[in-house]
Amino acid sequence: MADGVATLAKPIEERDAIVIRFAGDSGDGMQVTGMQFTTGSALAGNDLATLPDFPAEIRAPAGTLAGVSAFQLNFSSLPVFTPGDDLDVLVAMNPAALKTNVEDLKAGGILIVDKESFHEQNLKKAGYDHNPLTDGSLARYQLFQIDVTKLTTAALQDLGLSARSVFRCRNFFCLGVTSWLYHRPIEPAEQWIRDKFRKTPELVEANVRALHAGYHFSENAELFAVSYSVKPAVIPPGRYRNITGNTATALGFVAAAHKAKRPLFLGSYPITPASDVLHELSTLKQFDVYTFQAEDEIAGVGAALGAAFGGAIAITTTSGPGMNLKAETIGLALAVELPLVITDIQRAGPSTGMPTKTEQADLLMAMYGRHGEAPVPVLAAATPADCFTMAYEAVRIAVKYMTPVILLSDGFLANGAEPWPIPDPDTLPDVPVTFRTDPGGFFPYVRDEESLSRPWVIPGTPGLEHRIGGLEKEYLTGNVSYAPTNHEQMMRVRARKVAGIVREIPPTEVFGPADGELLLVGWGGTYGSIRQATSQLQAAGHRVAHVHLRHLNPLPADLESILGRYRRVLVPEINLGQLVRLLRAEYLVDAIGFNKVQGRPFKVAEIVARCLKLLNGEHGEVPS
Amino acid sequence: MSAPGASEPKLGKKDFVSDQDVRWCPGCGDYAILSQVQKVLPELGIPRERFVFVSGIGCSSRFPYYVNTYGFHSIHGRAPAIATGLKASRPELSVWIVTGDGDALSIGGNHVIHLLRRNLDVNVLLFNNKIYGLTKGQYSPTSEVGKITKSTPIGSVDHPFDPIALALGAEASFVARSVDVETRHLQDIVRRAHEHRGTSFVEILQNCNVFNDGAFADVTEKATKADHTLVLEHGKPLVFGKDRDRGIRLRNFQPEVVQLGDGVTEADLLVHDETNPALAYLIARLGPPDFPTPIGVFTAVERPCYDAALGQQIASARAKNPPDLRALLNRGDTWTVS
Ligand SMILES: Cc1ncc(C[n+]2csc(CCOP(=O)(O)OP(=O)(O)O)c2C)c(N)n1
Ligand code: SF4
Ligand SMILES: [Mg+2]
Repeated sequence: MADGVATLAKPIEERDAIVIRFAGDSGDGMQVTGMQFTTGSALAGNDLATLPDFPAEIRAPAGTLAGVSAFQLNFSSLPVFTPGDDLDVLVAMNPAALKTNVEDLKAGGILIVDKESFHEQNLKKAGYDHNPLTDGSLARYQLFQIDVTKLTTAALQDLGLSARSVFRCRNFFCLGVTSWLYHRPIEPAEQWIRDKFRKTPELVEANVRALHAGYHFSENAELFAVSYSVKPAVIPPGRYRNITGNTATALGFVAAAHKAKRPLFLGSYPITPASDVLHELSTLKQFDVYTFQAEDEIAGVGAALGAAFGGAIAITTTSGPGMNLKAETIGLALAVELPLVITDIQRAGPSTGMPTKTEQADLLMAMYGRHGEAPVPVLAAATPADCFTMAYEAVRIAVKYMTPVILLSDGFLANGAEPWPIPDPDTLPDVPVTFRTDPGGFFPYVRDEESLSRPWVIPGTPGLEHRIGGLEKEYLTGNVSYAPTNHEQMMRVRARKVAGIVREIPPTEVFGPADGELLLVGWGGTYGSIRQATSQLQAAGHRVAHVHLRHLNPLPADLESILGRYRRVLVPEINLGQLVRLLRAEYLVDAIGFNKVQGRPFKVAEIVARCLKLLNGEHGEVPS
Repeated sequence: MSAPGASEPKLGKKDFVSDQDVRWCPGCGDYAILSQVQKVLPELGIPRERFVFVSGIGCSSRFPYYVNTYGFHSIHGRAPAIATGLKASRPELSVWIVTGDGDALSIGGNHVIHLLRRNLDVNVLLFNNKIYGLTKGQYSPTSEVGKITKSTPIGSVDHPFDPIALALGAEASFVARSVDVETRHLQDIVRRAHEHRGTSFVEILQNCNVFNDGAFADVTEKATKADHTLVLEHGKPLVFGKDRDRGIRLRNFQPEVVQLGDGVTEADLLVHDETNPALAYLIARLGPPDFPTPIGVFTAVERPCYDAALGQQIASARAKNPPDLRALLNRGDTWTVS
């Protein structure tokens, strides 16, 4: 690896899994550091999951608690489902980063700090009366104080860079330090630096030197007595990349439209945490991707619906506050029976809530949040990479059934990342789109016998001129009709059409025994923590299984019988109980909610603890 | 827009009449507007299937049901948004938005100004009856102060919008006004709206004989109309009156009505220039009680269209970088597990 002076080889200890968090000021480059450490870990063959934690303010004053930015990575020789609960390692670049993150570090965990940043001014900004490095308050951790700034400066001394430029290379010094400590290759980071600073060779040199300096420092200095290795995980063969939920969502839409051989039209209004999908798609115009940044969310979804009328694969992306604004247009899409995918990347509500924090906030809104009875299929991605599959599936269902489809993601999935086995475009499911052109026997609302969907006829088709709209329509002709029995017939056929989508849902995967003591039922971004908790409980000998729903409306046909095979059903959700209500209402099952709404994902340990209580006979809360 | 093939039979008005019964109140101004539009459409040289009428909600917004083209009767105020998505992705279509004063300027005001700003190549027909017709007669954002309606029994207190001034403020590239009963004038304006590249904004003064009868009587009644209407013509001085003996002059940057003769000649009058939006704004501020109501084209200027520019970006992206899904999915750092 690094061409250092030969030193006495230090002992190497093996670990199954490591959870590391890099935390610093938003200007300290912690996201880059974390991402580069992730790439190194992927190349080292580990399974992994990541989670960034951005400050809510764009440019909070340097050194303050509000300005702390962090990036967490869980890498392992075993399957990884979550970015990890408690930290094995914390890298804190300043007192504020220490203060906001140290509570998550395990007792005995490794704490690496930039010693020089713990000066009076920074301590004050972070609200420390005493220097925690010297007052003994960190005694329960393995504290490594490194003169990061001084060492970086020394390594770059002869480059003639400003103090500020040197300061900005500290993150790569830390990446070097941690890369040595965990046997990560540093070549990918070097390559990244060369690409990134291609136009300024002196910054390439500076950052590469800082990286090497950090690596050699930990190798040679007396500081670390041991280093740690994490063996490669057993991962199915294939080509992988690390992907965030938002990128996966964008790619899923592009792939589906490409497969359908239709243009993709996105109408959207910027909102956290959904904007990255707009950003991503805006760079993909060569795929016939039209992105329209609308004046508001109503215009975003309206424009998408107009594009759907014109024959495009139409999508809109937003988060909770924007979902409210789109409700009326979703109802219109349902009445005119045009395909449209509405993506809600949920965040903590109500109102503006906590924009950068995750929550499973909007399931009931997705199900019921429209006037009139307006059934809409609802899908939810389970993991960052699953966003690709579910975005693709949402498009497929929308065009097959001529219906709006709501796709739920959340802030945790949107920004979290995991390795994604890159699919072969040739093996992706077909997304057949046919526009009707035959005037023979044509009515705008003549229905396909199986799917009950109406024909998609686009303007420009000779002889099929017709009008659609939100007024109730006569069955078959689509003409405006207020006839009493016709209305009921239309209400029922719309409901039946959506219910019929159940035929698209594959058999439910049950992780664990086919019957037993306890079934955990989840949906959306809680997949990883529930799955990990379930396997821990199983390993401890409990008959516990996990079902994770990706189709929320309609629910899978086999779900009812699965629910009936366990003595208890527990529904962990990052809300105050939404799926649990649906299950209780739908199946008259005594499902119990396990709810946490703190803007954060569940810790595996929290779910395990709750399950153990239940297994020991304590019932716990029901939705109130 | 390309003309229909030579072999295709020539279309007439009846080809643009749908099989649906028209449901407006007898005597409503909407009938006259529908009829003029149906007369003009076959003359535009566009195959019928390429026309799309998009509307919001209101009496006026029922319009698409009665025109035998593609049509979309959407939701209140949102027609501009829907039309934007349609036109941006299908620029070869001839897209028409039909809306009311409430639909366009109250609930849909935001979409209207952004449509005009973006200058999509669509046509807006705003039926201004200064009232909410469909909901049975509440005052609208164009109703005059003091309007007595069911929701303002002792008179409205809020100041109205002037649709023309609003459109000019939003930098519309084509702004015109016509009147439901002025059949020839209305046909001409509709034709010009079609010919203009960019958003064509047309306010049509429309009589709601049930809830706001006679709102524009001064410009529609034989006895008064010549003295109360100023017909704008590009390059011509602003002259009006039964005997065409009065005009608009600018003094100290203020318009005033002057009597021609007695030393005042047409040379002293303002001359209309459609290519001058500043002048258009000045003319837009004319109207009762001190001035006649201007009708005609206020402004018609060239400006890039959103739909064309977006299409251009997509075409050049494709040319520079042909789509390759496999490469896209494999972008960035990848690794192989064997
Ligand atoms: C979201 C919503 N709010 C309110 C209404 C009720 N509504 C229907 S039409 C209308 C006003 C229509 O006035 P205008 O646009 O001037 O059309 P007109 O009927 O006068 O032609 C209102 C308030 C509605 N349909 N939808
Ligand atoms: S209410 Fe007024 S605008 Fe509506 S149809 Fe009747 S007359 Fe026309
Ligand atoms: Mg009106």
